[in-house]
Amino acid sequence: MLETRSKISTALYWAFVWGCGLAMLAFMIGPILLALLMSFNSGTTLRFPPEGFSLRWYEMLFDPIASEPIHTAAKNSIEVALSTVAVVTLITAPAAWALARAPKRFAGSVEPVLLAPLVLPSLVYALAALLALSLLGLGPSFLAVLIGHAAVFAPLMFRTVLGLAQRMNPALEEASATLGASRARTFLRISLPGILPGILAGAFLVFMQSLDNVSVTLFLGDPGRTMLPLRLFAMLEESLDGRVAAVSGVLILAAALLLVTLQRFGGRDAR
Amino acid sequence: MIRKETLLSWPMIAFMVLFFISPLLLLAGISLRGADGSWGLGNFAAFLSDPFARGVLTGTLALGAKVTCFVSLAALPLVMLYWHAGKRLRGLILICTLLPMLTANVVRTFAWVVLLGRNGPISQTLLGLGLTERPFSLLFSETGLIIALVQIELPLLLLPVFAVLNRADRKTLEAAEVLGAGRWRAWFSAIFPQIIPAVLAGWVLVFASATTSYVTQSVIGGARLIYLPQFVYREVGVLFQWPMAAAISILLLASTGVIMLGLTMLARHERLQGHA
Repeated sequence: MLETRSKISTALYWAFVWGCGLAMLAFMIGPILLALLMSFNSGTTLRFPPEGFSLRWYEMLFDPIASEPIHTAAKNSIEVALSTVAVVTLITAPAAWALARAPKRFAGSVEPVLLAPLVLPSLVYALAALLALSLLGLGPSFLAVLIGHAAVFAPLMFRTVLGLAQRMNPALEEASATLGASRARTFLRISLPGILPGILAGAFLVFMQSLDNVSVTLFLGDPGRTMLPLRLFAMLEESLDGRVAAVSGVLILAAALLLVTLQRFGGRDAR
Repeated sequence: MIRKETLLSWPMIAFMVLFFISPLLLLAGISLRGADGSWGLGNFAAFLSDPFARGVLTGTLALGAKVTCFVSLAALPLVMLYWHAGKRLRGLILICTLLPMLTANVVRTFAWVVLLGRNGPISQTLLGLGLTERPFSLLFSETGLIIALVQIELPLLLLPVFAVLNRADRKTLEAAEVLGAGRWRAWFSAIFPQIIPAVLAGWVLVFASATTSYVTQSVIGGARLIYLPQFVYREVGVLFQWPMAAAISILLLASTGVIMLGLTMLARHERLQGHA
């Protein structure tokens, strides 16, 4: 009797783990696969199941005349994203490197300030930044979006670089200095290669987040310069055509590339 | 004054204080400014005494709570599967968790617009099975919004827990099994306590993200379902009510902060119990 009960309980356990576990795995990845599937749809509407295979939405998306607004928006967004990555790298990489070597008490008191944007909703920050801008008498602008994105996304790179810098053996740098290498040479040959994977992984994360962000871009951006996430957001609300699916396909590919980069360079700390 | 080894960290510290911390302090300051130029908690009182606004606040907090609850239910079998999985399956689960998280939010929202729509797979499947007579749409309903948010926020809970499981001690589970505990009991008594701090950390992320996801809320929820982010946007973008918008944001932050603080204290408490 007891034997049968424990057998049933064990069977239920495995049924739950495998059955529900695999179902939830499908639930998590399914929508992404669906968006990808819809982008190859040959029908005129986003009906499910798709009517046939075609690349027409991609052709239309890459057509410079028909999709001119999307191209302009993408160009503007990529400009902001690249500039954000540059600014973030310049301030973040040296800071993470220095803090990994700084006294524990100093690092411990500064890190929460530098990581705060990770837990603060970017919507609230966007509002605060717009308020600061208007009190200074400035309008929304490219520079405002750039600084806003840099402030919100800098912690992403700070984390990936800090993780690597903390694990680096300080004896390597000391040895290099003892052997007569100049500071610049030690930095270029020893320190930089050590943290470069973190910079790369962080740069990719910052780039993608900047490309995706709606609230900061919406509040601080010049309304005359459309940005990609806002354009897509508008397309989702108004004219849901197949090009949204095609853009999604491109962005999913970018996310997959990011994933590979993180796995290769970012290591554990990137997540 | 500034020590040499910390010198390189000062540009970033200055940048964050100037461009991140000070705007937020400004926001907190202006939320205390009344319409007549006086200072005080008038905006908060006005917001909380307006039944509609209060409804939006409680609706937003309820949305966060519901999403967190369903995310936890969905995460449980996945976490158990991850624990039992071999190296390959673990890798697959990790990819399936990271890919949606790294994909643009607009893309994930788009996928749910198709999934929940009248011609989407959910409606079509139920129609095909004869469970419903007419195609239906879950768009612009709270049910649809919650389903979408659960999928979108699920990785935020899973990743911290997976990180703990990677380091978790297999021996406690084996010991529990040797001592005759059934599968369920062995899991819940030996493994579950180890992941509680990570779960609490994940809850904070899920709750904060679900309550402030402006894009998903407005595209899937539609214009009739109003949550705090849309409310704030209306105050600023349409009505130019800065102090009021600031007060609402501070309320939003404060409610998330209180929950975060509560959960952190709970995590400490659990850990103390574990040592006793």
